[in-house]
Amino acid sequence: MAIVYEKSKGLTDVEMHYCPGCHHGIIHKLVAESLVELGLLDEAIGVCPVGCSVFAFKYFSCDMQEAAHGRAPAVATGIKRTHPNQAVFTYQGDGDLASIGAGEIVHAAMRGEKFTTIFINNAIYGMTGGQMAPTTLIGQKASTCPTGRTVEQAGMPIRVSEMLATLDGCVYAERVCVTDMANLNKAKRAIKKAFEKQMRNEGFTFVEVLSTCPTNWGMTPLKANEWLKNEMAAYYPLGVIKDISAEVK
Amino acid sequence: MSARVTFNTDRCKGCELCTTVCPKHIVVMDESVVNRKGYHPATVKEMELCIGCASCAKMCPDSVITVEKF
Amino acid sequence: MAKELWKGNEAIAEAAIRAGCDCYFGYPITPQSEVPEYMSAHMPKHGRIFVQAESELAAINMVYGAAGCGMRAMTSSSSPGISLKQEGISYLIGSEIPAVIVNCMRGGPGLGTIQPGQSDYYQATRGGGNGDYRTVVLSPANIQEAVDYVQEAFDIADQYRNPVMVVMDGMIGQMMEPIEWREIPKRNLPSKDSWATTGRKGRAEHNTLNSLYIEPELCDVHNQNLSRKFAEMEKNEVRWEEIRCDDAEIVITAYGTPARIALTAIEVLRSEGIKVGLFRPITLWPFPEKALHELAGKDHVKAILDVEMSSTGQMIDDIRLGVEGQKPISFLGRAGGVIPTVEEMVEAVKNTLKEVQ
Repeated sequence: MAIVYEKSKGLTDVEMHYCPGCHHGIIHKLVAESLVELGLLDEAIGVCPVGCSVFAFKYFSCDMQEAAHGRAPAVATGIKRTHPNQAVFTYQGDGDLASIGAGEIVHAAMRGEKFTTIFINNAIYGMTGGQMAPTTLIGQKASTCPTGRTVEQAGMPIRVSEMLATLDGCVYAERVCVTDMANLNKAKRAIKKAFEKQMRNEGFTFVEVLSTCPTNWGMTPLKANEWLKNEMAAYYPLGVIKDISAEVK
Repeated sequence: MSARVTFNTDRCKGCELCTTVCPKHIVVMDESVVNRKGYHPATVKEMELCIGCASCAKMCPDSVITVEKF
Repeated sequence: MAKELWKGNEAIAEAAIRAGCDCYFGYPITPQSEVPEYMSAHMPKHGRIFVQAESELAAINMVYGAAGCGMRAMTSSSSPGISLKQEGISYLIGSEIPAVIVNCMRGGPGLGTIQPGQSDYYQATRGGGNGDYRTVVLSPANIQEAVDYVQEAFDIADQYRNPVMVVMDGMIGQMMEPIEWREIPKRNLPSKDSWATTGRKGRAEHNTLNSLYIEPELCDVHNQNLSRKFAEMEKNEVRWEEIRCDDAEIVITAYGTPARIALTAIEVLRSEGIKVGLFRPITLWPFPEKALHELAGKDHVKAILDVEMSSTGQMIDDIRLGVEGQKPISFLGRAGGVIPTVEEMVEAVKNTLKEVQ
């Protein structure tokens, strides 16, 4: 008898606090599995954000630092510059990365910092109870836009991957999701590829994972998956946004 | 039976994501059971139909599922 | 060793390199920009890391990341930039990460002025960030002290796993003075292996650095542990200097540049037969409260004159706590980059004396 699949060694045995059906747990697994499969777990240093994944330092079994809200890319810069041969990653949500930490992520990408950022975009602030994020869709309801986000009030949502892709220091940006097996496999390939490119010192690598927040969206996990595919992916198109080495080929 | 799926039942949060990815449609929620967390946990009733693809396990956000093949 | 002429800001940068600073993260702001400039030129020569961050906020968080991996890390700035670093300082303390932060102070509030000031005393000693915390705050009054203290700051930080601040008015950063590179007494420092996030590399457990303790009881325990550490610093690290206080009727309290000017004022006043001395806190935290209390209690001391480059007076609160009402306290404060003169101090001492006679 052979084990086909079990919990990754890249994760600790600590039970995750995420709500039922939240994609954080799935994405954690993909990151952890990628590190293990690439032989990087023992070398890796991760940085987790403020938001729902604030406790990620308990879940990943590699060395981890917990950063202040939005500052993970600066923290990771300090780590990677002093540990250039080790795998360094940040794991950040949309409030953390696209709002309060917008400056840090842009400049880390501009400098071409050789770490990988896993960006979880679920179009809402989860941990604080469902407030509007910079990625909240027009018309989407949140606790600080109770009748739905409007352009007049909050502008159009930000497409972070496309924005970062304009910077020369960013060599790879891909948007993925994990709603079904085909997409989940693509997401894992993207995460692995980002780490591989990091270890080849190519530059800043970025994987945006569209994710659900069933609790704050007010949907069942299965409905939330449908909403992601129909609504979110329509505004945030899936696929490779930038891949310098692919372009060179 | 060529494969076996085991569930760490008490860790299941009943999200049902695993049920959507099984190509054999054999992963179901066990409505006869309420686990430690208060959810109906996922289970496989017709284990003999399992092909050991591990899709359910890969999808599970809480790493509840282990898949073995004979 | 032969004396060398150094500019303050460049000297502290060189001092950090000599102290084994592995990495420096900074951002330009007057009057401390010579620090990142010097570091950008010299750190790479030593195989060390220099990054010009996009903001002071980013710089302190780069320090967090690097120091969290066990590196000796430093940042520097001037008052408005130090305000931006407060978040990071609070997190460094919460996660127990050692680092060195230099504040080359200018006048405030807001943009204030680029000229020297001492208006960040509260921020440094009370903590401008959130939470119950303390940092050892060293305050040099000349460039020799500045280079000595910056070197020592790295050791103090490592000893307690807590950031250390070196706070000096812009005058110290901008002027040139002869200094010598002295051996700094070495401390017996604890290993960083048990906490530094260097990658597991075969370690049984992963190291994590974190300031979040969501369970109230655990957060209380964490805070109590930090408090015990602060109490240790208070016991071990307090420093001050007393000059000509043995028979002084008036004791001037001052730190940094005003303390230097006070030395001349004391000479002038003594030549006129007025007995004046200087009490100079070297650590602004821990404040030499007991020493000041003892001095103020002596019969020959009639009054205290606190001199600061601050309009409201900030250190004066600690002076009051130390003196505890034993003697009257008067105040001379200049702000906005204006440096109190010898004449002003002489006059203020004479006025203080009149009031108590």
